[in-house]
Amino acid sequence: MEYHFNIPLSVDEVKKLKVGDILYVTGTIFTARDEAHHKMLESKKIPFDPSKMALFHCGPLMKKVNSKWQVVSAGPTTSSRMEIFEDRFLDKFHTRLIIGKGGMGERTKKALHKDICVYTSYTGGAGALAADKVEEVLGVYYLEEFGMPEAAWIFKVKDFGPLVVAMDSHNNSIYENITK
Amino acid sequence: MNFKDIEKGIVELIRKAETDLPNDVIKALKKAYEIEKGVAKTQIDAILKNIDLAKKTKRPMCQDTGIQTFFVDIGIDFPYISELKKTIINGVKKATKEVPLRPNTVDPFTGENHKDNTGENIPYITWNLCNGSDVLITALPKGGGSENMSKLGMLKPGVGIEGVKDFVVEEMIKAAGNPCPPTVVGVGIGGGADLSLKLGKKALLRPVGKRHKDKTIAKIEEELIKRINSSGIGPMGLGGKTTVLDVHIEKAHRHPASLPVGIAVQCWADRRAHMVINKNGKWEVK
Repeated sequence: MEYHFNIPLSVDEVKKLKVGDILYVTGTIFTARDEAHHKMLESKKIPFDPSKMALFHCGPLMKKVNSKWQVVSAGPTTSSRMEIFEDRFLDKFHTRLIIGKGGMGERTKKALHKDICVYTSYTGGAGALAADKVEEVLGVYYLEEFGMPEAAWIFKVKDFGPLVVAMDSHNNSIYENITK
Repeated sequence: MNFKDIEKGIVELIRKAETDLPNDVIKALKKAYEIEKGVAKTQIDAILKNIDLAKKTKRPMCQDTGIQTFFVDIGIDFPYISELKKTIINGVKKATKEVPLRPNTVDPFTGENHKDNTGENIPYITWNLCNGSDVLITALPKGGGSENMSKLGMLKPGVGIEGVKDFVVEEMIKAAGNPCPPTVVGVGIGGGADLSLKLGKKALLRPVGKRHKDKTIAKIEEELIKRINSSGIGPMGLGGKTTVLDVHIEKAHRHPASLPVGIAVQCWADRRAHMVINKNGKWEVK
């Protein structure tokens, strides 16, 4: 099935999604890799509301044009590095959609079920194509501290996809089906 | 000699590698598109569209513009050998702003990012002395996701070549979707630990689809392609027929007690570009 949803996804929409479905999303997403995950888990206050956004495992290539940030290339980074954070991250921030690549492990699979979230795969390396779907850069946090790839960038996206539902909220993982 | 002009050439070399994938890779991806179905086809479709867009807009195809890696064949009669390293480093700094490249060099102790893609021992340059007065520079920007799937196996010689094959197949199945398949796999066999990995990386310089000149090795390459692709991992690990676009093997003689196997993995963005500089400083990027 193919779906076009707005971010944040509702609980019903998340539950509707099954492994193998194709999804396109419109709304606000934030990027977070290892450093931003760690920082956000340790912080009492976060400068933005992750529950209203989708989480994008991505370290984008950005450039500043006339003091405004633009996305040059922004594909996903390898999600498995975030496995050590993700269950606690979902417990704390209640994000309903993760965009990454390569898949995640058992801990995240359980958390997706418990916290009602879905993990989707965007084509790794397709950075120019992804950048084309970003309408606006709404902001950036932790840039000074962590640098361009590890900062939390906030993007407004339109029809961002195709995202493949790779791990759903019903304890299914496309990656397990393949290796079995 | 106008070194500023050669710096410009280095920028163009990097720009070409980052924005314009070699035809041999595109050809292999188009073949994959033909044979894949369903989700796997959507992935190859996105990859091909992305390659097209990157080339048209002269933008890096992937946000991970890699660690800048160069293989330099330098003619011993080239008159400006002493200046070449500095020129390459300056070219990398310039390319970071002009292409642009993501600032990808981080100090392993302090976490400090140099922000210009240079740092200690980086860019990573391999020098090879040759006869003549020309310089051939090959750029191979290397992404982190695929590099993380590199492997070194110090196998027991008793396992033989069958053991080497099993090791490569098992490691690529373990890597699954992480290195952005369909990948190109370079396998270095023999030498020592460091040489086997180096040979693996050098094997990535060979165009996709080109077999080893030794027929026995060429056959093993074909067998490995078949075995890894029959795993079903597929594009991005989402299932499919194409997990590798190619496997390239290079070898060195080994110590009787050692059977080193170095695996270097390259994502589908098998970025390569070449530049020739002659003794008068005239350069061409291709």
